[in-house]
Parts: sequence; C-alpha cells; structure tokens
Amino acid sequence: MKLNKVSIGLIAVAALWISSCKPKNAAQAVSGDAAQKVYVAPGQLDEFYSFVSGGFSGQVSVYGIPSGRLLKVLPVFSVDPETGYGFSEESKPMLNTSHGFVPWGDEHHLSFSQTNGDYDGRWLFANENNTPRVARLDLKTFTTKEIIEIPNSAGNHSSPFITDNSEYVIAGTRFSVPFDDENGDIPISSYAEKFSGALSFISINPESGKMAIDFQLKTPPVNYDLSHTGKGPSSGWFFFSCYNTEKAYTLLEVNASQRDKDFILAVNWKKIAEMVKAGKGRKVKTKYAHNVMDENTHTATSTIKDEVLVLDIADLKDVCYYIPCPKSPHGSDVDPSGEYIVGSGKLASLIPVFSFSKMQKAIEEKKFEGDFDGIPVLNYEAVLHGEVKKPGLGPLHTEFDANGNAYTSMFVSSEVVKWNLKTLQVIDRQPTFYSTGHLTVAGGDAKTPYGKYLVAWNKITKDRYLPTGPELTQSAQLFDITGEKMQLLLDFPTIGEPHYALMIDAKKIKDQQARIYDINKNNHPYVAKGEKEAKITREGNKVHINMTLIRSHLTPDNIEGIKVGDEVYFHLTNLEQDWDLPHGFTIKGSQNAEVLVLPGETKTIKWQPKTAGIVPFYCTDFCSALHQEMSGYVRVSPAGSSTPLQYGTGDSAPKAAK
Amino acid sequence: MRKNTIIFLFGMSLFFAACNNGGTQTANSTTSAATEQAATPAASDTKSYDPKRGEGKFDETNVQLGALDAAMAGKGKAIAEAKCFSCHKTSDERLVGPGWKGVTERRTAPWLMNFITNPDAMIDKDPEVQAQLEICLVRMPNQNLAETEAREILEFMRQNDGAK
Repeated sequence: MKLNKVSIGLIAVAALWISSCKPKNAAQAVSGDAAQKVYVAPGQLDEFYSFVSGGFSGQVSVYGIPSGRLLKVLPVFSVDPETGYGFSEESKPMLNTSHGFVPWGDEHHLSFSQTNGDYDGRWLFANENNTPRVARLDLKTFTTKEIIEIPNSAGNHSSPFITDNSEYVIAGTRFSVPFDDENGDIPISSYAEKFSGALSFISINPESGKMAIDFQLKTPPVNYDLSHTGKGPSSGWFFFSCYNTEKAYTLLEVNASQRDKDFILAVNWKKIAEMVKAGKGRKVKTKYAHNVMDENTHTATSTIKDEVLVLDIADLKDVCYYIPCPKSPHGSDVDPSGEYIVGSGKLASLIPVFSFSKMQKAIEEKKFEGDFDGIPVLNYEAVLHGEVKKPGLGPLHTEFDANGNAYTSMFVSSEVVKWNLKTLQVIDRQPTFYSTGHLTVAGGDAKTPYGKYLVAWNKITKDRYLPTGPELTQSAQLFDITGEKMQLLLDFPTIGEPHYALMIDAKKIKDQQARIYDINKNNHPYVAKGEKEAKITREGNKVHINMTLIRSHLTPDNIEGIKVGDEVYFHLTNLEQDWDLPHGFTIKGSQNAEVLVLPGETKTIKWQPKTAGIVPFYCTDFCSALHQEMSGYVRVSPAGSSTPLQYGTGDSAPKAAK
Repeated sequence: MRKNTIIFLFGMSLFFAACNNGGTQTANSTTSAATEQAATPAASDTKSYDPKRGEGKFDETNVQLGALDAAMAGKGKAIAEAKCFSCHKTSDERLVGPGWKGVTERRTAPWLMNFITNPDAMIDKDPEVQAQLEICLVRMPNQNLAETEAREILEFMRQNDGAK
C-alpha cells in the first residue's frame, strides 16, 4: 500500500491544524499585557486574598491575587513544627479525636461565613476528609480556633459548605458506613441493606462562631461528593450531589458508573430545623471530639461528646427530593440569583442546569418518576432549565460572575469553559495546563460575585516549572475574566494539593487584623506578665518554668537543679506588644518542635532531658541586632542528685558556691 | 576628558542617592511601621522634628505636671513591671536600655510621653535617640500603652527621680 502525495499533504496540513488548534505552551496562550496585570509593585498590596485548601498537606494557604504571592500557610489539621502547632502543650488538644491524637488531615474545601449570601469576613471553615472533621478559623488572627469531629461519617468530602446566613455548616459523608450505634462487624457485601449516609448540620453561634452538631440526616447509602446552599428564592434549601446510587462497594470505578443518571439531593433544611426544634429525631450514641482554643488562656480544650440527634430522611415528608443528574455528579453549584442549580456530571458530556422555580412547581404537581428508598425522585424534564451541550470532557465544578455567566472546569479536556446561564451557549473556552480540578471565581459562590479573576487549580503540572524530581508542585493558573474572552495571566505554584479555594476582597479582611495579643488579657495559668513573675516551680519530677521573652533576652536564662528524668515545661510568655515581633524557643536535643510565641502570648513546650550536662536554649526567630545573644543554659544533674533549684538572669543568675 | 568626569560624578551621585535610600529602608525594616514609613521620605520630616517635644500626640498643652500623685505612680510602677523592667532599671545603670534615674531631668514630659507611645518614629528622627541606638543596638519596642498608662508610667518616673 502506498500513500499518494495528496493524502500526505492532507495529513501534514491536518497535523499543523491540530497543533495550532491547542496552544502547547504559555507563549501561545499569554498576550502582551499579562505581566502588567499581575504586577503588584514592592510596597503595594494585592486586591484579593485567596484562601486555598491544602489537600493532603492538611493545611490552608493564603495567596495574594493577582500577584499569586504566597502570604502564609495556616496550620489547621496537620502538626506544624514551624509554629509548634500540635507540638505545644496548648495546641495538642486541637488535634484530638475519638481515635486519639491525629497529627495529619486531608483538607479539601473551604467556606467563608456569610451574611445574606455574601462573605462577611469573620470566619473561614475548612473540612477534613479522612477522620471527618470541620475547623473554624478566625480571620482576625488567621488561626484555627475550633475543630469538631463528625460522627457516623467516613470521608467528610461534601463539606464544609455553609448556609447563606451562616446558620449551618454542612458535612456530607463521602463513604456510607453503618452508624456508630449499629453493629459494624458485618459483611461488606451487606452495603445496600446495612450501610447509611450521613448529612450533618453544624450550627454556628452568630456571635462567637462556636460550632455544635444540631442534627444529622440518615440517608440511603450513596456517596456524597459536594454541595452548596440555596440563596435568594432557594434560601433554606441545600443541594447535595450524590454518586454511586448503584450502591457499589467494590471496584467503584466500574460499578459506581453504571447508571446514566445519579442524583442531586435537594434538602429543605429550614423545615427540618423547625422539626428538630419541635422535638423530632432520636438521640444516637456515638463518640466525637469537640476542640476549642480559648483566646485568653491561649489554650485548647478537647471534649468528647457521646450522642447526636439523628433524623432518618425516609421518615420525613416533603423535605427531601432527588433530582436525577447525569452522570456521577461532582460539583453542585447554585448561581448568584438562587434560581439555577448546576450539576457537573464528571462522566457526562453535557451540563444540566436545574431551575429552582420549576422544582417547586414539580413538587407541587407531584411530577415524580418514582422513588429511591422511599424518597421521591423528581421528573428530570420537569425540573430542567436546560443542558449545556458539548461543553467539554469531565466537567467538575462551576462558579459564577455577576453578569449571568458560569465557568466550568473540565478535567479530562483540560480547559475552563465560560457559558451563559440563560442561553446555555458556550461563550469561550481556554486551555489549562493541565487537568483542572476546582476553579474559583472571585466571590464565585456568593450572592454578589466580584468576578474579575478566575483561578484554575490544576492537578497535573508537568512542564510548567523548573523540574524538581518526580514530585512536582500543583499548579494554579490565573485568568482575567473581565472581557468576553478569558485571558491567561499567570502560573503560580501551591502547597499540598489545592482542591477548592475562595477569593475575598482584601478590604473585607485586612483592616480588622489583630497585630498583637493584649498581654493584660492573657489568662494562661503559667503566664509571666513581666520578668518579676518569671519563676520555676517543682512538683515532684514535673518542673514548670514561667519564662519571659523580650528583645533580646530570656528570663531566667541560667537554670540549675534540673535532673535526668524530669518533665520540664517551658511556659514562654512573649512580653512584646508590637506587631511582627514573635520570639521562638528551642533547646538542644529537644524531641519536639520549636514554638513560635507571638506578642502577648504564652506557649508551652515539654522537654525531657535524657543525660546530665549543660544544655543551651535560644530564640529561633531573628528578633534584633542582639538576637544571637538571646540564649541561656540549663544545668542537668543526674537523677537523684541534690543540686538545688536555682535560676536567674544577669545579677540574679546563680553564682558558684565559694 | 571633562565630559567623562561629569558623567562619572553624576553616576556617583546616583549611586549615593540609591545607597542612602537603601540605608533608610534597612533601618526601618525591623519596625512594625516599615511599610507606612517607607512611603514618606524620612529626610524631609527630620527638619520639622522638635528634639525638645519629640513626635507624637503630646505637647505642653496636654501633658501637665502637678504635685506628685502617688496612687498614679503606683499604677505606673505595676505597668512598668510587666512592660518596661525587662530592659530598664530604675537606677542609672544600663540593662538593655538606659537606666531611668534622672530621665525626667534629661527629657521634657511631652518628649517622654511621645517616646513611650510613639517610639518608632522618634528612633528614626531624634538625634539623641539615634546615638543611644548605636550603644544599645535594640530598638525600644512599642508596647502598645494606652495614654493613661503612659501618663502613669511618667508619674512613676517622676517619683523615681524624687518629685514631690
């Protein structure tokens, strides 16, 4: 067989056409003014904060947008030796669970506290997937204030999405499991009969932000992936994407991909909250941890709770409905008007857009096409606003601008696609590098989106940065979305694996920042408010050292009479009351992390000396021109020796007996 | 030949200007006010700086001294124990910073009030404080004192200096 010249020519042209169709590198995709749009000159500040989930790092990172500069990594679910989070005595209870101390978490999604459907800049909520938990961070201090464990759940993925006035943070289980009060020692093949899903509603105290599990919904065994609140007309409803309605328990890759349509579960939480108030539901025995950091003692406490209120959705009438959704839906996103619910079926070749008003009508007219374990399934056509045809491959997540446009990430075809909510026509598509998971539009899940920027959070990085061995950073890509066409501006690297992220107007947060902790309000039991209060007390083999830190000395800095076998607690109070003046502390051979102590704060690090000798300690954070002088010595004597406990600094330092 | 010299001199002056600018920023970089101050050139402000009064909220109209108020001085001492005595002794001996003995004779009352509440700006501008910094090498921290607290500390300083 031989090819003629024409077909060779055609193949060549086709090859050229294919290669020109999809830009292969940034040089083709980025236009001339991109650098100017992301350049934030030295001394200037970014317009947006972006809070980015850290995935398997367990933490949350904060970036400035549009510069893509990393501002901070906030310790949430994993220990952090840099600050001492999870190492200091005060912070250890934050990582307590019903399984004991857990040093790591898998952090996927974030929500800002909302007032009337918009970000109010008070708190950030973060989920932990593996050992189901939800954290609350205070946006005045950028610190984790509270962590609550979610019982009856496994894989807290559909979380921590929030209602439009921060009434509840939601936690939907990814893996269905037997409930904690049921016998779990059963065959895995009894999945369909014995396993259940759990949707938890965590109430938020409007003043303090404190979390409490108000109630849980027990549901048929499916996998909950993501969810979002209704708003405007749909306020009071929550929409959960469900996959594995096949109820598969092995080889889910194949067995959970059988049905053409799975569901979005619409839940009228407002009505259910009323039922709960009226006394509906039953108390179920379980065990879960609730950990709270006290702002004045700088100390966390962990409480194990032993029951939770459960309502079975099969027993509830007129509050839960399944919307059929093609196919294995991932994102479940509600547009700013609250009318449209977008299901992103990751195996579907179209994007269904559901109408809330049509859903209300269908419920009223009982347009059901059957039921799923006793819960009505609405007729697909009756609730459908329309479908976006051929949007791309592998739609995952959708966010919105303020002009009626939606933006959907396409994992398989590596692109972001802009389309119009009313006409359902695709307006623009831009390639991403590569395989975008979540995307974020500034304010894109709020009632009033800011628009302006979009970030694609990519799973594959490959050739985007200088290579760093087999493991590469995950890549983020910033787009300008002010025009008809989206414009790629910038790549920037991230920590861990970003899943969902949020962008908030910097003005909402930056002026409320705490600069110090007021030392007058410090009620830590071992605080030393001034060097006069620095002291050492021995209780058996426990030694408590109330030590002060200020530029640039530690008091006491000469300590004698510590013995092998002692448990020594350095309670470190930073006496500074000025912004950006932390002191760090460590001691030679410490089998622990350092602690970073902020102005006005007290933190405790435990040390167990193993051998006799002279052991130096020092400040780890360069604090002044005399930082290298900020140090001291502990004299460790053998166990049982009679070296007296003596300590001091300068004139008060212990002198050798004459 | 002459042209070359001029160009050379011009180049040198640019170099000095750039160097000077860099120096100012380095000095500021350890303070909390670094970004705010970097925006306004320090040099022009120095000219209007009053070394008797210092810089801040206080002058002779709002700092008035009367007979010593012992209760007030007592409060001042308690605050100083938490926030000042890590670095200052009440004698004339230097610890991290200079001893307090005689300070109310060396400085005016408004100067002290300003320095306690607004140290960063004054460390950058006051010639005597700058000379002091060369000896101590640690910038006095802003301890975020309320105005009443600062005034109570001043009263204690007066008591320490034997005011009646």
